[in-house]
Amino acid sequence: MVTNKTYIESFCTIQNNEVVLNGESVFKIDSTAFADFSKKAYQHFDINYPKFFKMDSLSKLAFLGAELLLKADNDPLVENNTALVFSNKSSSLDTDVKYQKSISDKENYFPSPAVFVYTLPNICLGEISIRHQLKSENSFYIFADFNPVFMEQYANLLLETKKADKVLCGWVEYYNEEYTAFLYLVGKQGDFMHNEQTLKKLYNN
Amino acid sequence: MEALKQELKSKIVEVLNLEDIAVADINDNDALFGDGLGLDSIDALELIVMLDKDYGIKLVDPKEGKTIFQSIETMAAYIGANRVK
Repeated sequence: MVTNKTYIESFCTIQNNEVVLNGESVFKIDSTAFADFSKKAYQHFDINYPKFFKMDSLSKLAFLGAELLLKADNDPLVENNTALVFSNKSSSLDTDVKYQKSISDKENYFPSPAVFVYTLPNICLGEISIRHQLKSENSFYIFADFNPVFMEQYANLLLETKKADKVLCGWVEYYNEEYTAFLYLVGKQGDFMHNEQTLKKLYNN
Repeated sequence: MEALKQELKSKIVEVLNLEDIAVADINDNDALFGDGLGLDSIDALELIVMLDKDYGIKLVDPKEGKTIFQSIETMAAYIGANRVK
């Protein structure tokens, strides 16, 4: 069914206190906690979106990656039909654990609504959609590892069936200060063929 | 009452993660929602939890929040009159 060629327009990786955009390191700081790293990255990229600081770590990670890849693509006069297809291994477990702690003591039972709203992994897609005014398809999958075969087929399906003009795909994994984000924008043009081999290569770089 | 107002400003900035707002920037009569500090519905729920956790005040009717959370001034007045801790 899928016959037309699709391409990776741009990609970025965020891990170990570094942001790499299209293969080039664009931000790096010395070892620090993710909260500090994400705040400094937000400042470095001159993002003006105070709600960022209310997000959980998984959403901050996804948001930062999306910010870099979708920034150049935003035309306020054109409806942005970019679908979002993300995946990870730990779902929203990091926030789930934090929330569980807040309700585990019956004598000190004060569940936080602001934490609770992030106890689903796909909330990060909502944050990106609100930021970039996307009313497009979005889905979040849980896999043991980055799954380039599934991601390629699903993104191509969205493009071929014209459900989307572009697809922002991502592996955004966060648990207990360990994090990796690999985001890439798939469309009809670009420097890299969108296929399993390229995805594996870019993900492992 | 002045100390309570300062305490509330600090707590709001910290609990609601208002990273871009300094305590000194908040005036006693600034609107907390809408055009003021721009708080949202989740923030309102957090403020209700804060009243319970820090001051022992349980809001039975969440609609009361609209009046109580108008500003630091109204919050401080309500807490001052109803706190049990």
